[in-house]
Amino acid sequence: MPITVSVTTRDGRTKDLTAIAGRSLMENLRSGGIEEILALCGGCCSCATCHVYVDDQWLTAMPPMSEDEDDLLDTSGAREANSRLSCQIPVTPELHGLAVTVAPED
Amino acid sequence: MRRRRHRQRDDRRGAELTFDVLIVGAGHAGASVAIHLRQAGFTGSIAILGDEPELPYERPPLSKDYLAGKKGREDFRFRSAEFWAERDIRLIAGERVTTVHPSSVHCAAGRELHFGQLVWAAGGRARRLPGAYAIRTLADVDALKASLPGATRILVVGGGWIGLEAAAVLATAGKQVVLAESQNHLLARCSAALLSDFLLAQHRGHGVDVRLACGQLDPVRFDLTVAGIGIEPNVEPLLAAGADGNDGVLVDEFGRTSLPNVWAAGDCALHRNRFGPDRPVRIESVQNAADMGACVARAIAGDPQPYAALPWFWSNQYDLKLQTVGLSHDHDEVLVRGDPAIGKFAVIYRRAGRVIALDCVNNTRDYVQGRALIERGVRLDGALLTDADRPLKSLLET
Repeated sequence: MPITVSVTTRDGRTKDLTAIAGRSLMENLRSGGIEEILALCGGCCSCATCHVYVDDQWLTAMPPMSEDEDDLLDTSGAREANSRLSCQIPVTPELHGLAVTVAPED
Repeated sequence: MRRRRHRQRDDRRGAELTFDVLIVGAGHAGASVAIHLRQAGFTGSIAILGDEPELPYERPPLSKDYLAGKKGREDFRFRSAEFWAERDIRLIAGERVTTVHPSSVHCAAGRELHFGQLVWAAGGRARRLPGAYAIRTLADVDALKASLPGATRILVVGGGWIGLEAAAVLATAGKQVVLAESQNHLLARCSAALLSDFLLAQHRGHGVDVRLACGQLDPVRFDLTVAGIGIEPNVEPLLAAGADGNDGVLVDEFGRTSLPNVWAAGDCALHRNRFGPDRPVRIESVQNAADMGACVARAIAGDPQPYAALPWFWSNQYDLKLQTVGLSHDHDEVLVRGDPAIGKFAVIYRRAGRVIALDCVNNTRDYVQGRALIERGVRLDGALLTDADRPLKSLLET
């Protein structure tokens, strides 16, 4: 069954992507043409350029946040309670229907 | 510049093409220029010309996860082929520019490309040793990987970032690795002795036979040799066309070279960095390539902002996560925060009393919180800075 992720970009438009399980959400967003996801460090949790807001109803389905991710998110002036680095979220079939919003650029 | 000029012309017989913005180089800098031009609403024609027969890709995994077999070839493309096509960004692969004229470039295969604006993002090429593998391109690493199965004893020449990352991957894969560095410490160009000594102990602990102040070793004693001895900036065609520069092409705060309508960004761009010393520098990093590319794109799109991004850098070796923020050039003081013996610490570099850089080992918190210390140029007591129980963030609040 295809996994669909709904992404709202900075211009307020929402796009549904078909995601591949086993890849990170960041990789899926990037290959899905979401250009605002820069992901400069390639997903090794060394920058904060893949920052997204996770729709509140999906927060409990998210993997726990590492200390490094927590610290990196602190570099963003746009951090909210539902902030995550998308490189740290592996896509699984359980995430079908996930909705995220690209955080503003810092 | 926002007006679409419809200048893209494909004369098949003469193979002549014209682009409003021609980007030479398909690495992080070149990709960033194109992506940011479109994000800024630029509607003119754009092409990215690269000398490899590849969709644009990231280089950092070459010496890390790709060499280790943890990432496949298609796992580190910047974007899909459709992405570039949808945004009308033309990719011209496998072409190398040999000559730059005032409004055109000439390629090695004979093709002539015309431009309104030229962005030179050609990066650098690996310095090569005869008979040794380099780690700069996908083709380099594919060749190296193809010969690894039959190799037991491997010589890595160069104790810089690429040499250390390669040694870590190869040692982890069970190879007998000798790492030869001509200087008397690792990362001689950029790091404090304390970090060099720490990394030396780590690599030796993982079985790498590190030889410092080492002359030439007999390659016959090894099954294969890998050279990580730095890059040469690809700037000869620009310098031959009269652009200012020597080890790189000189650019101003917006990325403009001394030639009209010619810009440069990334590894090859010699620039005065807001966080660097009082002379032009070249910075070989993803951050610099991406941010300078964005800076050039904004200027071309009509919204020039001086380049002022804070430099950062990372490396992964074994289970070590190294993160650097700032530029340590011309530091006059080195402080240690935390305990290298437990593998979690930061090296703080100061110049004239101000924090200018931090090298952080397994210590993302200091890496993150140290940024503000550098950006604000604060002068702080050394005893406060080195008190690892006190968050760096809290030092700004006092």
